[in-house]
Formats: sequence, C-alpha cells, structure tokens
Amino acid sequence: MIRYVVSRLVVSVAMVLLATLVIFLIANTVPGDPVLTALGDMAASDPVQVAEFRARWGLDLPLWHQYWLFLERLAHGDLGVSISSRRPVLQDIIDYAPATLELATVAFTLSILVGLPLGVLAAVRRDTVIDHVARAVSLVGVSAPTFWLAFIALAVFYGWLNWAPGPGRLDAVSFPPDRITGLLLIDTALQGDWDTFHDAAAHLVLPSIVLAAATLGLITRTTRAAMLEALSQDYVRVAKAKGLRGRLIVVRHALPNAMLPVVTLGGLAYANLLAGAVMTETVFSWPGLGRYTFRSAVTVDFPAIMAVTAIVAAIFVLVNFLVDMSYALLDPRVVKK
Amino acid sequence: MSDIALPAIASPRVRWLRRYGLASFGAAVILAWVLAAIFAPWLTRYDPNFVDVAMRLRPPSAGNWLGTDALGRDVATRVIYGARVSLTVGMVVVLVGALFGTLLGAVAAYARGWAEEGLMRLTDLVFCFPPIILAMAIAAALGIGTVNTVIAMLVVWWPKFARLSRSLVISQRSMEYVEAAQSIGFGPAHILLRQIIPNAVGPLIVLVTLDLGNAILVFAGLSFLGLGTVPPTPEWGSMVGEGRELVQQWWVATFPGLAILTVVMAFNFMGDGFRDWLDPHANRR
Repeated sequence: MIRYVVSRLVVSVAMVLLATLVIFLIANTVPGDPVLTALGDMAASDPVQVAEFRARWGLDLPLWHQYWLFLERLAHGDLGVSISSRRPVLQDIIDYAPATLELATVAFTLSILVGLPLGVLAAVRRDTVIDHVARAVSLVGVSAPTFWLAFIALAVFYGWLNWAPGPGRLDAVSFPPDRITGLLLIDTALQGDWDTFHDAAAHLVLPSIVLAAATLGLITRTTRAAMLEALSQDYVRVAKAKGLRGRLIVVRHALPNAMLPVVTLGGLAYANLLAGAVMTETVFSWPGLGRYTFRSAVTVDFPAIMAVTAIVAAIFVLVNFLVDMSYALLDPRVVKK
Repeated sequence: MSDIALPAIASPRVRWLRRYGLASFGAAVILAWVLAAIFAPWLTRYDPNFVDVAMRLRPPSAGNWLGTDALGRDVATRVIYGARVSLTVGMVVVLVGALFGTLLGAVAAYARGWAEEGLMRLTDLVFCFPPIILAMAIAAALGIGTVNTVIAMLVVWWPKFARLSRSLVISQRSMEYVEAAQSIGFGPAHILLRQIIPNAVGPLIVLVTLDLGNAILVFAGLSFLGLGTVPPTPEWGSMVGEGRELVQQWWVATFPGLAILTVVMAFNFMGDGFRDWLDPHANRR
C-alpha cells in the first residue's frame, strides 16, 4: 500500500512540474506581447520604455533562464507579480480563490445530493416516470450552455419574479464580514452575523444551481448506468434468491459496486467546477478565480496566467491522486496490480 | 426489477421507435440546422449585419419573428446565419482532433515500449489542464479570431481520442486476424490503418458524435467571453454575450441559447443512438 501511495505521489509531482513547463512554453512562444497590452500603443512605440519594461519583468532573459527563475521563485512560494494588477499573483489568488471555492463546493454538494439518489432511483425504477425525469434533467444539464442557463436564471428569478437577489456575493447594503477564511458563509457564522449569512446564502442559490447543472447531469447519467450494470450481476440475483429486501440489495450490495465510476467522475467534476466557474462568475459578477483568469487571459498577463494554470493543473493532479487512493480503498484489487 | 412478469413484447415498429426514435429525431434536427446554414440567404429577407438603430430592441413580432437586438439587427436572421460558424467549428475541431488523437493513440498502442510510454504521458499531460482554461490562455495569447480559437481548442482536444483509440487497439492487436496479416507479410502501417482501425472504429464514431455537441458548447462559451469570433460575425455564443445584460429584452439572449441547446441535444441523441446500434446488449436504454 505504501509503495503504491509513494509511486503515485512521485508521478503526480512530476506531472505538475511538467505542466508548469508546458504552460510556460505556450505563454512564451505564442505571438501575444504583454508589453503592448501593459504599456499601451503610445509608450510601446518608445524603445527606451519598452527595454526598461522588459528588463524589469525579466522578459529580456533567455527562455530557459526565465523558466528557471520561475521555478526558483515557485519553490519559495512566490508566483511572481501580475503585470496588470501590479500586485503579487499569490495575493491576488488568495483574494479571489475563496469566492470560487465557496461557489464550487456548494454546487458540488448540490449535484451529489441530487444526482446520486436520482441516478440510483432511475436505475431501480427503470422506464418509469422517475427514469424519464432523470433522463430529461441530465440531458438538459449536459446540453445547455452554462452561460445561457445563468442568463435565464437571472432573467426569470431576479428580473421577472424577483425571488432571488441579483448578481454579486452580497447586497450593496450588507457589510462584508471581517475576513477569516474568505468564505462568506463560514466567516459570517463565526462572527454570529446571521443577517449577512442569509444574504450570502441567498446570493449563492442561483449561481450554484447553474454551475451544478452540468455536473448533476453527468453524475445522474453515470450513476444510473453503473447501477444498471451492478443490478444485472449474479450476486444481486443471489441476494434476491436469498430473499433479501429490495432496498437492502440496492443500498448494500449494488451501490458499493457501482461507486467506482461515480467516484472517478465526481473527483474530476469537482476539479472541473473550480475551473469551469468562468462562465457562471462572469454572468453573476462573482469575484472569483474564474473571472480573474479571464481578465488575465484578455490582458495577456503571463505571470497571472501561469500561476493560475499551474494551480489548476496542480488541483487536477491532486484530485486524480485522491481518486486513485479512493480506488484503492473501494477496490483492494487495484493495489495488487 | 421487482416485477417478475415479462413485459409484453411490442411490435417491431414500436421497438425500433423506442430504440432509435430519439436518435432519428436528433439526426433530423441536425439536418435541419445544416440546411438552414447552407440556405440561410434564402430563408430570411434580412442581412444579418444590417444595422438599423431605429428598429433596436423590438420584441418578437410578425416582421421580426424573434425580435431585434441592440443594433436593430433581426435576431432570427442572425440565429440562422449563426449555425454556419457553430457547426463548422464544431466539425473541424472534432474531426481534426479525432484524426490526430486516434492516430497517435493507435501508433502508441501498436508500437509499445518507450514510444507508447512517451506518447501516453504526453496525453496525460495535456489531460491535466481543464480545456476551457488552457484554450482561453492560448486563444488570448494568439489573438482573438475564429481560426485562432479553433487552433487553441485543437491543442486540448485530441487526448480523449488518443486514450480511447489506444485502448481499442490494445484489445485488437492480439486478435488472430492481426497475426494472420503479419504472417502474410503486411507492414505495420498497413495493418494499423487498414486492418485494426476499421475494426475499432465503432466506439470512436460514438465519441465523435457525442463530442460534436461538446465542441460547439466550448466554442460558444469562448465566444460568449469575447475570445471566439470577432463582431459582427453572427455566432450563437457571442449573441448570448451581447444580450446578457438585457434582462427586460430577454429575446436577444434567449433564442441563440436555445439554438445551442437544440444542436447539442440533437448530437447527444445521435451519439446514444449510435451506441445502441453498435452494442445492442448495452443496458443504457
């Protein structure tokens, strides 16, 4: 077991390092020029200013040297300075990450809490109303563009019915809580500020449902398929022949065996939610990492793009590692291989 | 699963409809969109880029079925023309990505050894970037425009095909017909391209069909963010983007979004139909 963990860990670290190299090469070999974006046309036509700018941000060094400097700084927890915000990228990320983390976690919980039971029910009551409902839900979830769902949700529930609050994390009149974790739900609860807590929770409803839609569809589909597979196995027939109750067979016999593909998907889906929040955050004016990444991409802000991509790749690799580990727990045969 | 009684056996026609009804419906929807894209100029009397500020933000009416946008352009016309960009980009990205990925995975599986190891680690590497973020970074770095966005998407699009084709070729390469072909004296390229890949193509077609909707979604998303087509090209994602502040004038953003939804759904129906057709024992229906 330990050997398995260590070997997976080594591979994971190597993958993250390679990933930073890839993103570094992409950022440096494509023709987009940060000088032009940062200085503007006027200053960029002055060679002295351009040279000074290049020297200050290390853009005049050879590529391999720039990459080495990047790694060296990375090892010290220094992700560089954003060209557009002129602040340390790490500081920017610390500011923006909690909003995304909160949104993605709520959305993920929602899609598991709804998707898993819905998928199991759809498989057990195959070809009944609940199966058709599950299929419709997952189909719309997978097929509808997130940015469009976000627009529809806002137009209907905020603009027309006025049931939900507008974009943003809090109403303009609410005072944000003192920052402890940056997660508004936790910070307000710790400080006993229940009015702001309710405000923050209300603001989370629409964006988290929108963000959860695609994941919910995938989880429902996968759970249903895996459960149908498990329910057709011999051990289920044996359990039935023994006279076990239907619910016991489903929950204790079939479900654990159907969990493997669901766990894989769930892990990847969570990492994808963190990354895929770009659309939702744009429509809901959510001050998170997605919007930060988008802004950095538009302004060709290399340090910010590299840091965010490296972090996202690291999260992907970490989640993959955790998924592999949970495989080993769910299915002991994996380790022996 | 609890009822013991066997369901009454339906007539062949009903069974066919149950199995392939949705897939045929999907194919019909796609066909309709393809025809609309080709014959767009004959379907509408408006120019998609004709600006008429006096006519701006009119709700749906007899003259403008789906209303007009902030520049007075006819939304219905732009939705029809928008099919051109979305369908073309979707097909180019998926077909080129599938071709490249399939070949790479097949070569990796057939070559074995260090070549396989290297190629598959490369695949893993691209796999650990979320497609939309990497595509966003590349699209921004290359400059905004349809072709650049397609290139950006292609960079991240091939790995899933490489993985699938590798696993398919691995399951084929020890089959007897491969051995037979080797003993006849065919070269590796011939065996791979003419013998193995045609035998493994079914699941690839399923993935391609399901993936077309996905590619259209991602491209529309990038366009929505302003990283895809350049205005005033009519494109569904950027049309939703242009209308997203207009909550009162809901028709501007709603209809292009519905267009995306129908196309993506139709491709999903078709993909599921292909899968049932290739694997009639599958438990999916």
